[in-house]
Amino acid sequence: MKSENKIASLAGSATLSPEQVIEIHNLKIGFGDLPVLKDFSVQLFEKENLVILGKSGSGKSVLIKCIVRLLNPDSGTINVLGENVNKLNDRDLAKLRMKIGFLFQSGALYDSMTIKENLEFPLKRIKKNLSQKEMDEKIEDTLENVGLSDTLHKMPSELSGGMRKRASLARTIVVDPMIMLYDEPTTGLDPVTSDEISSLINDVQKKYDTSSIIITHDIECARATADRMIMLKDGEVYLEGSLDEFEKSPDELIQSFFKPKKM
Amino acid sequence: MKAIGPVRKKIPKLPDVKKRAIKLSENVIKKTQKANRFFLAVGEINLFFWYTIKASFSRDFEFREFLRQCYLVGNKTLPLITITGVVIGLVLTIQARPVLAEFGAVSMLPGMVALSIIREMGPVVTALICAGKIGSGMGAELGSMKVTEQIDAMEVSSTNPIRFLVVPRVMAATLMIPILVLYADALGILGSWAGANIKGEVNFVLFISQAFSAVGFMDLFPAVIKTFFFGAAIGFIGCYKGFTAGRGTESVGKAANESVVVASLLVILIDLVAVQITDMLL
Repeated sequence: MKSENKIASLAGSATLSPEQVIEIHNLKIGFGDLPVLKDFSVQLFEKENLVILGKSGSGKSVLIKCIVRLLNPDSGTINVLGENVNKLNDRDLAKLRMKIGFLFQSGALYDSMTIKENLEFPLKRIKKNLSQKEMDEKIEDTLENVGLSDTLHKMPSELSGGMRKRASLARTIVVDPMIMLYDEPTTGLDPVTSDEISSLINDVQKKYDTSSIIITHDIECARATADRMIMLKDGEVYLEGSLDEFEKSPDELIQSFFKPKKM
Repeated sequence: MKAIGPVRKKIPKLPDVKKRAIKLSENVIKKTQKANRFFLAVGEINLFFWYTIKASFSRDFEFREFLRQCYLVGNKTLPLITITGVVIGLVLTIQARPVLAEFGAVSMLPGMVALSIIREMGPVVTALICAGKIGSGMGAELGSMKVTEQIDAMEVSSTNPIRFLVVPRVMAATLMIPILVLYADALGILGSWAGANIKGEVNFVLFISQAFSAVGFMDLFPAVIKTFFFGAAIGFIGCYKGFTAGRGTESVGKAANESVVVASLLVILIDLVAVQITDMLL
């Protein structure tokens, strides 16, 4: 298992105290009369991969959208890298967002731009001091890291689903984020491509030293990437623990995720 | 025989009163919710307008995107405007000529056509075509970006989507529509000359000089000024409808459709106000 000492420290049995990069306290958010997250609290530690599992509609995506303030919570606090996200003004929020990478479920590549332009777009705005040559080198290097070096001048519509996800991941990591938020990174992909994306998530963590929250209901992705896991149910933490604890849990809901489906 | 006694009003039973009270309160809640939604929409459009104005004056103006949008706005509508401009002039001439001939005033034809094209037909017809072509395009494009989370992705990568997407589009529409209107006016007068030539040869230079001798500065100036407002309204409504589209794919079509309807209506309303103001000034 990955980062054994980290998990041990989370259980409170070790003297190590890894730094918290995200700290969420009593987060509440709802749409109309429908509560989505109820008093949700969680911490993400440095260089940790936290997998959040849950059925559709359990509030997983809403949670990471609150972290980057794409959605405003009804109450509760979200501290990211020591900053209270909900109290930041627009300029400080933009500065904080520069340190966060967000991989959208749909990839969200700008479809009027080539892959190179897609990567250039955040780079030009976040790494303003880079020369064009340095930028080109960085783009080529990042695309090579995700195995897409030959797609530089292609349009997103010319790529397959898996390639689009990789290109989107490349756009996210090209600006060297400290935190990565993955919204269902393997949804809609075949098992082989899903495995490739899962191993890319691990490669990104190793190479860029990122801390990540991975929202998924793909158990294979969770197995491949998780240092720690949280199961969300009806907007609350249903279970928190290591992959091993989840797999050994006798709980029916947990097992419904882990046991192979009967045909 | 009827019994004589005090007339008694039928008093509703207690459960009936309760039911009526519940129904009444439900109606009140529904009405309040409707009013709430209306005021929320008004607030939202005002906020969007304020953010657009604020972003227009920001230091990091997206000049390349602005030029790209100018090219797209002009390029998209040029063939349509060309055809429409010529046809307006041609049709106006063909229809006006017999009426003027009855009064022996055919010589007034170039001036009359030029005046109606420059003052009203050119700006309004061009703006309505642009509302259809540009407004729907902007609504659909931004709506689709919203549905596929591209706008969110932009926001997360520390880029103000209003500055990058809305400001260049609104500015491009504001600048390009007056140019397209002047182009349509010119083609309209050319079409009118072609129409005049159907019934006999008319000298081009004479026709043009007669047309422009009837047009004064105060005919051209207000007509051009109002086209800037047409452009701004078309660009703004297209962007607003796209930006506030829902999350489903059907909302893209809805955004495009609403952009055309609202922008066309606004063009007509702005024209009405502009005509009133011009009348007061003249």
